[in-house]
Amino acid sequence: MTTAKQGTTSFQLLLAWGFVGIPLVLGVLQTLINAMKLFQ
Amino acid sequence: MAIFSFLDRAHTVAKPGYSRWMVPPAALCVHLCIGQAYAFSVFNLPMTKLLGITQSTPGDWKLTELGWIFSIAIFFLGVSSAVFGRWVEEGGPRRAMFTAALCWAGGFFISAFGVSIHNLWIVYLGYGVLGGIALGIGYISPVSTLIKWFPDRPGMATGMAIMGFGGGAFIASPLSVWLMGIFKTQHHVGVAPTFIVLGAIYFVFMMVGAIIVRVPAPGWAPEGYKPPAQAKKLISNNDVFVYDALKTPQFWLIWWVLCLNVTAGIGVLGQASAMSQEMFPGHITPVAAAGFVGLMSLFNMGGRFFWASTSDYIGRRNTYFVFMVLGFVLYCLVPYTGSVGSVVGFVCAFLIIISMYGGGFSTVPAYLKDMYGTRYVGAIHGLLLTAWSMAGIFGPVLVNYIREYNVTHGVPKAQAYNTTMYIMAGLLVVGFICNFLVKAVDARFHMKENENDIRGAAGARA
Repeated sequence: MTTAKQGTTSFQLLLAWGFVGIPLVLGVLQTLINAMKLFQ
Repeated sequence: MAIFSFLDRAHTVAKPGYSRWMVPPAALCVHLCIGQAYAFSVFNLPMTKLLGITQSTPGDWKLTELGWIFSIAIFFLGVSSAVFGRWVEEGGPRRAMFTAALCWAGGFFISAFGVSIHNLWIVYLGYGVLGGIALGIGYISPVSTLIKWFPDRPGMATGMAIMGFGGGAFIASPLSVWLMGIFKTQHHVGVAPTFIVLGAIYFVFMMVGAIIVRVPAPGWAPEGYKPPAQAKKLISNNDVFVYDALKTPQFWLIWWVLCLNVTAGIGVLGQASAMSQEMFPGHITPVAAAGFVGLMSLFNMGGRFFWASTSDYIGRRNTYFVFMVLGFVLYCLVPYTGSVGSVVGFVCAFLIIISMYGGGFSTVPAYLKDMYGTRYVGAIHGLLLTAWSMAGIFGPVLVNYIREYNVTHGVPKAQAYNTTMYIMAGLLVVGFICNFLVKAVDARFHMKENENDIRGAAGARA
């Protein structure tokens, strides 16, 4: 599936967002785990 | 040079079918990397033990000396974004991102050399000066590109990128600690090799952004988007030349709005851990305070996206009105939460305050776009970031010195921050007045039809 003919593919979009999103989500999760200490 | 022609703006024009949703990840590639600056403090303690390894020895660097590295970097962020703003705007995002990647990685490599020969001046030059220049160029590089791709949602678009700057520390902090753990030996603490690896990783990451970024073709508009035929009261359809913007009162009013909003947030951001423990002795432990700081960082990041996106619906000026009014109420409430021992109230107040601190950064590019059009918004944004440098000095000074003054004059530590909170609330009243005075830019500052090309060409020759 493409977003437009001969244009950006959904795979390219997924790759680009995954490239920045995965490390960011991992970092946020790690921070959330640490932040939970505030409520312990 | 011909081999660098792929960096030119002309080579980054998107072909038909290119999805605009590729641009936010390109911008995030840069902002997530330069956002590492917020996590630089993880190197401070290890760098005080470069000679002693297990503990500091007389020849080792002191924390006060190391604190200057971050300060120099933030100073050069403001300077470089102001000086290179027009060059970034006219050269296009790819050239700017490439330059930022070179400077950022170069800053780490030079700092690694400085650490390995134990010369702090080289670290100041590397991370402070060169890294600071990368911060400035990298920070503004995708702003106008995003605004042009998302004319229907400029706040959300710039909010996504600037959110990355707030989120960079979440990646950098654990990554740096992990790398130092790997490289640490009996003979060194592992800072220099960590700098080299980080420099290499960040260069690759930022280059991915530079490669995938595109500018829209002239006349491009999102499908179904119809630009408003008539300009709204505070949203201009006209462009203003970068240096003409400086002659408008609106620029200086927004400068003060940003400066005061950042001053109010940056001071407590740096002192949140100590402040929470001193205001709630016995209730907030050092471990809980660290959790509070982490939570504040999350709200700082989330607020950047939330408030900038909200501004697309309620307007930029109204968004800043919310920051000023809500901030005023919350700052006034903080001493009360301390007096009644309400940890929940204290935490909630500061989480909202810090979300508005982040929101102030991310909403301002769209505010400038509304005032001055899209042509030079990146360069004007660069000039405006000098307000950040100024606030970086004001904020911590206000919090630290007033607390110190109160403590030395017998005020209990739990109440030592009360005066500061009321001063912060007062600053937001001034910010409210500045924001209230912002009106549409006078038509005499608008660029004429052919002026765009003439000034652009002059800039290209310069």
